[in-house]
Amino acid sequence: MTNSGGLTSDGTDTTHAARDHARAQAGGSAEAMPVVPASAWPHPPAGVAANDLVWAETVAGGGYASKVLARGTTLRLTDIAGDACAHVLVFNADQPWERLNVADTVKIPWQAYLGPGHPLLSDQGRVLATLVTDTGGAHDALCGTSPAARNAERYGDGAAGGPTPSGRALFGLAGAKHGLGPRDLPPSVSFFKGVRVGDDGGTLEYHGSVGPGEHVELRAELGVVVLIANVPHPIDPREKYACSALEALAWRGSPTGPHDPLWSSSPELERALCNSDDYARARGI
Amino acid sequence: MDTDVIEARRPWSGIVPAGHSLSIEDLEGNQAVDCLLYNAADTAERYSAPDTLVGQGSIFLTTGSVLRTSEGRPLMTIVADDVGRHDTIGGACSKESNTLRYGHHTHHQHACVENFLAEGARWGLGKRDLVSNINWFMNVPVEADGTLGIVDGLSAPGYAVTMRAEIDTLVLISNCPQVNNPCNGFDPTPVRVTIAPDA
Repeated sequence: MTNSGGLTSDGTDTTHAARDHARAQAGGSAEAMPVVPASAWPHPPAGVAANDLVWAETVAGGGYASKVLARGTTLRLTDIAGDACAHVLVFNADQPWERLNVADTVKIPWQAYLGPGHPLLSDQGRVLATLVTDTGGAHDALCGTSPAARNAERYGDGAAGGPTPSGRALFGLAGAKHGLGPRDLPPSVSFFKGVRVGDDGGTLEYHGSVGPGEHVELRAELGVVVLIANVPHPIDPREKYACSALEALAWRGSPTGPHDPLWSSSPELERALCNSDDYARARGI
Repeated sequence: MDTDVIEARRPWSGIVPAGHSLSIEDLEGNQAVDCLLYNAADTAERYSAPDTLVGQGSIFLTTGSVLRTSEGRPLMTIVADDVGRHDTIGGACSKESNTLRYGHHTHHQHACVENFLAEGARWGLGKRDLVSNINWFMNVPVEADGTLGIVDGLSAPGYAVTMRAEIDTLVLISNCPQVNNPCNGFDPTPVRVTIAPDA
């Protein structure tokens, strides 16, 4: 086969020139990117020292991110422009077969709607993370995320690398980065698009966003793996695939303890936090 | 036709071939039947409560409900139902969740997750394969303020629900042993399962 190359115009025809070319790209910025080290994030939240930041990343609509967070870390997710939808899965970082259980997450607190003080419970009777701050109150624990086939039907494509990726496809990639496969991906929760059960007691109603700038803060009560897919809510009725950027910031801290009013806010939550604490003590973390 | 009685507190499993139906009869009334479904050809594709709810736009299962997988594909369709509503948001009882709902003194009581793990192992299924399930004959209303809970059932002796398999479906059942809430009328009882060619 004849070499039809020689088309380069960037001075990348030798290894040294190609290396110089690659290195000259450093220092660039993008709308969606991680800032590393996180302490270089320009606007730490009030009361948070820059050096305590452990994660700072913007995630585009249709993008995903993941992180392993230590016990006690607070993760703030912000809907920057008012049209993000953060689909979230949480796993015990020690043993990822222990993971978010959305059924227990609504059944144990006797509450279908996520709000301040709501635990994200594992299947082992432990709190993986607590929703400690919630400025908007529009979230969902019933509808999960979108499968690729449904996105293909609704938007023409659902693949992770395509123009309208599904949450399930993105969770597949995010999970793979932690050694997790399809069997490891249970139903997820999502933040920033409200869903309610209608007055008839059965119909699922889409209430959508509250507005730009809303945020939630999740406190890790155990060491956790967090997977985030920022994609349209599965019952978002709009024909167009619409999803705006999400900001993820996390900083060091302490898990909820008996001194915190949250600890004893309900008998179920107190026993769940006790179970997390019991695990951590025995595990030596 | 293939019929089994599942004794109180016991698990059951079987494959319902495409085009066949599975009926579950609540023999003595008010008996929750926890149920998980898998694509028999590839068990990594399994029942998804959220995809089922999204597909139908409502939270209760009854006649016409299409039971979907995590990829959105139909596994089974409910073709007959004497009760009118079944739950799929309340999940299965476990020893661990019992400690949260009722206290640590209930930790050593038998639970549906124990049945799922023991019966699933016969098919090579493990802990990772358990997801939010169906609770046949269980009543979990959601109030306007989001309060939800397991309340007295709507089923009665002889009431049944029947579903048609759209693909070969592995069905995993725990005849719920829970005695701390009204899902079994505080007295677990047997149910009957029947697999037959769809009429």
